[in-house]
Order: sequence, then C-alpha cells, then structure tokens
Amino acid sequence: MSLTKNEVRVGIRTDSDILAARQQGRELGERLGFGPSDLAVIATAISELARNLLLYAKNGSIICWIIDTESKKGIVIQATDEGPGIRDTEAVMRDGYSTSGGLGLGLPGVRRMMDEFAIVSHEGRGTTVTAIKWVK
Amino acid sequence: MLVPILKQGPYLIASVQSALRDVDLIELRDALTEQVGTYRSRGVIVDVTALDVLDSFACRTLSEIANMIRLRGAQTVIVGIQPEVAFSMVQLGLKLEGVATALDLEEGLEYMNHRTKRIGHVPYEK
Repeated sequence: MSLTKNEVRVGIRTDSDILAARQQGRELGERLGFGPSDLAVIATAISELARNLLLYAKNGSIICWIIDTESKKGIVIQATDEGPGIRDTEAVMRDGYSTSGGLGLGLPGVRRMMDEFAIVSHEGRGTTVTAIKWVK
Repeated sequence: MLVPILKQGPYLIASVQSALRDVDLIELRDALTEQVGTYRSRGVIVDVTALDVLDSFACRTLSEIANMIRLRGAQTVIVGIQPEVAFSMVQLGLKLEGVATALDLEEGLEYMNHRTKRIGHVPYEK
C-alpha cells in the first residue's frame, strides 16, 4: 500500500481549506472504521486546529495519517505552522484562555475530544500540535 | 447565496444543504437579518440537519444570528443538530447557550407557533 493512501496533507491558507482538511481527514477516519461520533469528533478537531493555524500563523498545514500498531490503530492529526509560536503553551491549554477574542476553547477542547495530545512550540519558529484518536 | 431561504407564512426557513465556509455562514447571517425586515417575519428557523460538524466558528455565528434576529424583533430556532454533532459540540465545550433548538423542522415550526403567539401574533396555520 502506498504512503499517500494512508496520509492526507492540506495546506491551510483560506477558510475553504478548513473544509477540505476536515473532509479529507474524515474520509481517512471512515476507512479506519470509526463510528459516526468519532468521525464527527475527528472532523471537529481538524476544524479547530485548522482555524488556529489561520488565526495565529496565517498559514500552515494539516496532515493526517493512519497509525497501525500490533495492539491498536488510530488516526493522527497534526497541525503544523511556521508562525510566531506560543510563549506559554500551558496557558493556551487552559479553558477560556484567548488572545484573539475567541472563546478560548480551541486547544483544550481538542485535547478533551482526542485520546492523545501534544503541543510543541518555539517562539519565532512555529508550532506543531499532534493529536491521536484510537479506534475502540 | 449558498443557503436557500424560504419564506413560509410569517417565518423564514434557512435550510443548510452542505458544509459551509466561514464566508457562507456570515452571508447567511446577514441575509437573514436583512430579510426579517423585508418580509416582516416573526421567526427564523435554521435547519442544520445536513451538517456533520458545528465547530466554534459555526456556533458563534449561529449565536450571532439568534441575537441579531432578536434585536430585529423576531425569534430564532436552530433545528436538526445530529446526535454525533451534539456529542462533539459538548466535548469541545460549545453549548449554544441562549439559543433555542428543536429536534427537527416540524418541532421548530411548533416552537415558533407557540413563541410568536405569546407575543400576540397570529400563528402560522399548517
């Protein structure tokens, strides 16, 4: 099986790209056999991560791929940008924290929805958020 | 306009057919706020049955629609939020507080008939 079939990569530059990313991520999730609730969660998480990219970094990429180990399989969603970075990654993970006037639910919300969550950021160099949903 | 807005008696029914970009949601908000005046509508029903995602932006825009329509003197009800969409909204922390919701279009019309009767308007006859 080729790598491209198990991976989707969408550049995020406009709000149309948000739609494309969540549709393609959802299709990947469907192939893995996720149920309707998990598919909605995956699509929503992609939507929020893509939205963050647009808002704070102006552009970046959403990459989704399938992770298949002996014990479990799942979908990885990664949002990566070369934007200004986040100084205090702990602060942005608190509910209600917002520098944009938004609801401040984005990242903590995505962490709640997904099974695994990690954020790596370097000021001036960009941010990578990685989240995984396992097939139950 | 991506979302058709139908005039049915004293109500406007916006029936979302497919996933919307942010600009489409804003366009829908502005069109409804405008048309409530044009048609002197008593209520707005937004049917989101076809949507598989309601993210933070969509929820914020739906809240804005409800608030703007209220300021224009009419009522709003959101109908057709699917179970899995409701699930992910709650997981994300989106509650759509202060916005009326109903199971489907039929329930939404029922809700409107009650609400608009209460403020002294002749209800819409089925």
